Amino acid sequence: MEKNIPYIQVEDITKAFGKVIANNNVNLTVYGGEIHSLLGENGAGKSTLVNMLSGVYTPDSGSIYIHGKKINFTSPKDAINSGIGMIYQHFKLVDNMSAEENMIIGQNTGIFVNKKKIRNKLFDICSKYGIDIDLKKKICNMSVGEKQIVEILKVLYRGADILILDEPTTVFTPQEAEKLFNIMFKMKENGCAIIFISHKMDEVMKVSDRITILRKGETIETVNKYETSPEKLAELMVGKQVNLSIKRSKIDMGEEIIKVNNLTVKNEEAIEVIKGVTFNIHRGEVLGIAGIAGSGQKEICEAITGIQAIEQGEIIFQGENIVGKTPREIIKKGVSMSFVPEDRLGMGLVGAMDMVDNLLLKSYHNEKGVLLNKKPTAKRAKEIKENLSILTPDIHYPIKNLSGGNIQKILLGRELDSNPNLLIMAYPVRGLDINTCYTIYNLIDDERKKGVAILYIGEDLDALMQLCDRILVICDGKITGELKASEATKEKIGLLMGGKSEEREESSVV
Amino acid sequence: MIRISSIVFALLLVAIFIALLGLNPMGVYSSMLKGAFGSAYSIRETIIKAIPLAITALGISVAFKMQFWNIGGEGQIIMGAFLSSYFALRFPELNSFLLLSIMALAGIIGGAIWAYIPAILKCKYGTNETIVTLMMNYIALKFITYLQYGPWKDPNAQGFPKISNFSENAILPDVFGINIGWIITIVLIIFMYIFMNYTKKGYEIAVLGESEKTALYAGINIKSTIVISMLLSGGLCGLAGMIQASAVSNTLSVQVSGGIGYTAIIVAWLSNLSSPLILMVSILFAALLEGGSFIQTAFGIPESVASIIQASILFFVLGSEFFIKYKLVKNNTSTLKEVA
Amino acid sequence: MNTVISFLEASIVAGTPLLFATLGELICEKVGNLNLGVEGMMLMGAVIGFMVGINTQSAMAAMMAAMVAGASGALIYAFLTISLRANQVVSGLTLTMFGTGFSSFIGKSLVGQVAPDAIKNFFKPIFLPVLGHIPFLGEILFRQDVFVYVGYITAILLGIYMYKTSQGLNLKAIGENPKCADAAGINITLYKYIHVLLAGALCGLGGAYLSLVYVPAWQENVTAGRGWIAVALVIFVSWNPYKALIGSYVFGGLDIIGFRLQGSSIHISQYLIDMLPYIITIVVMVVVSMKKSSKNSPPKALSVPYFREER
Repeated sequence: MEKNIPYIQVEDITKAFGKVIANNNVNLTVYGGEIHSLLGENGAGKSTLVNMLSGVYTPDSGSIYIHGKKINFTSPKDAINSGIGMIYQHFKLVDNMSAEENMIIGQNTGIFVNKKKIRNKLFDICSKYGIDIDLKKKICNMSVGEKQIVEILKVLYRGADILILDEPTTVFTPQEAEKLFNIMFKMKENGCAIIFISHKMDEVMKVSDRITILRKGETIETVNKYETSPEKLAELMVGKQVNLSIKRSKIDMGEEIIKVNNLTVKNEEAIEVIKGVTFNIHRGEVLGIAGIAGSGQKEICEAITGIQAIEQGEIIFQGENIVGKTPREIIKKGVSMSFVPEDRLGMGLVGAMDMVDNLLLKSYHNEKGVLLNKKPTAKRAKEIKENLSILTPDIHYPIKNLSGGNIQKILLGRELDSNPNLLIMAYPVRGLDINTCYTIYNLIDDERKKGVAILYIGEDLDALMQLCDRILVICDGKITGELKASEATKEKIGLLMGGKSEEREESSVV
Repeated sequence: MIRISSIVFALLLVAIFIALLGLNPMGVYSSMLKGAFGSAYSIRETIIKAIPLAITALGISVAFKMQFWNIGGEGQIIMGAFLSSYFALRFPELNSFLLLSIMALAGIIGGAIWAYIPAILKCKYGTNETIVTLMMNYIALKFITYLQYGPWKDPNAQGFPKISNFSENAILPDVFGINIGWIITIVLIIFMYIFMNYTKKGYEIAVLGESEKTALYAGINIKSTIVISMLLSGGLCGLAGMIQASAVSNTLSVQVSGGIGYTAIIVAWLSNLSSPLILMVSILFAALLEGGSFIQTAFGIPESVASIIQASILFFVLGSEFFIKYKLVKNNTSTLKEVA
Repeated sequence: MNTVISFLEASIVAGTPLLFATLGELICEKVGNLNLGVEGMMLMGAVIGFMVGINTQSAMAAMMAAMVAGASGALIYAFLTISLRANQVVSGLTLTMFGTGFSSFIGKSLVGQVAPDAIKNFFKPIFLPVLGHIPFLGEILFRQDVFVYVGYITAILLGIYMYKTSQGLNLKAIGENPKCADAAGINITLYKYIHVLLAGALCGLGGAYLSLVYVPAWQENVTAGRGWIAVALVIFVSWNPYKALIGSYVFGGLDIIGFRLQGSSIHISQYLIDMLPYIITIVVMVVVSMKKSSKNSPPKALSVPYFREER
């Protein structure tokens, strides 16, 4: 680490959006040849800060110095010209174009495109950093890992010596994350300054030289990696001591509630996305599914709940095959699904409506007649608001304005309210603050004690191993392995996620 | 507040335009008001113009709530008028109450069928409804032209291409000097308000409008919801067509819709799809139209000025939405912030 | 055979206003803006072009004026939807309303007048040497008036621009993923304004062709819904300027087929045949929606206003 002029110096930066102060007198110093992590919960202000460094936002007050020079970015172009390369959590790539074409856009290369010159330059960069990728491939045909690499390449192509990576490993297998880290280490060797944003503490501990913690928009502390630990970091992130363990009650598992037999599902383009999947879940059991995003988890959930059409196979719920039934018929059978897609408000809830109308979503059709009587539901809404400590001005307030955690609680509140026999959850804690996460883990454990069967799809492997009784690993629509929680390790799961298959034993009734 | 000032701005701009024509803007505006509300006669005329606008806007708002862009109000009005005219011309001597009821039903069915086609195309093939409904407007128009010049041409009109007038039995009666349509309108406004806010179907339409995925998740039958609401949408427009043909023109002609289908879209949008607001805005727009035709005779200003005024007001309202949603904050560099 | 040739020749003439409008709306949509004001812009161009033509006797001045008129209409829409982030659908519809009223108003004194001879002569069909001698194709394509040739060239130039230049690539990026284009440093606002205004100019030209060459006189509502067909045509030709050439002329043919059949032994009412372009458009829309693929999809960010600071 060179202790010369810092590549980045942020002094007392403040930024507000309306009434919300996202960054409050934030300070940060990053040197060349350093990997500096920004750690903090969702909403702590990490993304806001780096968006100002990359020219997307402008600060309300304070100064930023790049390579010692005070800068005033008014657009991303300014940041790019100063050597800053931002790699976003949500890829800024045009799906319909090839990797090559994505390199070209925004560059002033005259009217006609000189493909040869561009290819040569790209080839040089790839060899320097050990990157291997097919540039002619269209982005929409690439895997997540490949897209990530294209993003990095894009930034290096524009001559960046400061890299900012915003939650890059969210959807990676452990092995893919390793690949990324190796590229990062190579860049560090070449003198680049790297800002690494993550909420995964083990990664932060692995790659960082120094770590800056943000909480509620303020810089709390900057520490040296060797002088800290995950527990200390968690405490700094939250502001108080956090118990990082997940409860797993020991109970006797009951009979089998649901059995999925040889399930095959085709998507809109008639490609098989689930290929002969078989598994079961018992009462009082939490079954986890691990896998790279897009391996078929979503389709499994949607198939069980009747939203997705099934090509072949059986889904036997409490003795009855529910394949071919409409979602409404299935809801009546008590397959309560709390399904949280990436776009939280895109499926489970109606953003423009208030809490009461949202609670009605699955039960409204039970009422007789044509009219809706909202009074009993309004009462229930107040109760749920109490029980789950949901922060909302009013039960009649449109829910899209609430924070992610509270929206999630409303969704869960509704789903648990119907006393399901089977609870299906996909990424229920994604993007939530630590406290809400653990509240939800406790809720899940409570349901387990009640004898509910739970299907849990998550991306945090540590949480999966602590919370679940068994873990299925899915890759490319097939189940590659099944592990008892006690035998599971991250390495084993990671390998299975990447496609290495294992022999499975049929899980028998206790 | 901002909305009102934007309307004022628009009026100012048009006033300048009028002044450039060599006329006194205040004089023109006051004449428009007089033309719309100045006498019992003009109030009646304004309400008569507001009726089809309001009913059509109600129909359009049902579709829009579902994010189904029904631009075909014009065609649905026409086809409603067409089907009811069939009965009017075929059974001119039938008992009036019976005939009118049949005509109303026919109007609803005519409009509903015309809306059903784009709905089913969307359900089956995912076809873009904006274009299809638009094209259906032109097909309907050409169809009436065909009838007017061909099979339905009035032999007594001395070669002039028009369709025969309706008999007395086929003309809607007046209440307080205005055709009974106004009572129908008020009933419909109340009905639609209850429907959209307090019934299961209205709830389903709102959910579907927000997100198709959420509707699926909730178990809503999407195809049937789309079809039912489009039948309702087209039916309302068709009814408006029947009222126009029966009470206003007393016949069927290519002018039966007169652009109402398009104006209603704007009315619906301005009213934020809310039934009570639709009533108010329709009356306002009707006043503009009525005032517009008044100044045509009074000042020789062509009717097209009314649409220019309407469009200008709209431009300003559209633009003012921006200032309602975002506050301009000046800092070191002036930036825009979203009002939380 | 001669009737076929003359029919095809006439189809090109009839399709030319459609071509300009389609090309205009095409680039407008490519940059992410759905402008339903095509009809209005065409009418504005038609009336202003005609007025200037009558008063100056100059074809060039008339064309310029038409382009400015169309672009002015587009400017209102552009300001509303780009800078003020207003709803694109309603803004476009309002523009049509405005354009219709505006052209009707201005045109009041021009109704019934015919294009001046000086202009008519300017747009007389020109027989291109060599090319015009090609049997069949040459007779159809290369014995047209200047406006038609401008149409060919415009379509080809647009195609080259969109598919071969880096600016064209940037254009595609904006329409597909404006966040990405912005992050790559492209000036989205500038691109949007330029393309929307250019679209307006092209639509205005299309309208002027109707009033100055095709009819050639001013009538109220001289566009008769062509602007709307153009909106459908853009989808039909999958936002491809080369395909737009073919599509426009096909629809041009449909437009005149009713009239042509009158004199023949086929006895169908002209008005029923007039329905054909619209019916075919619907059929085309259905067929296109049945075979959805990414080649035929609209720009992903169509009709979404772009706001960088949106959280």
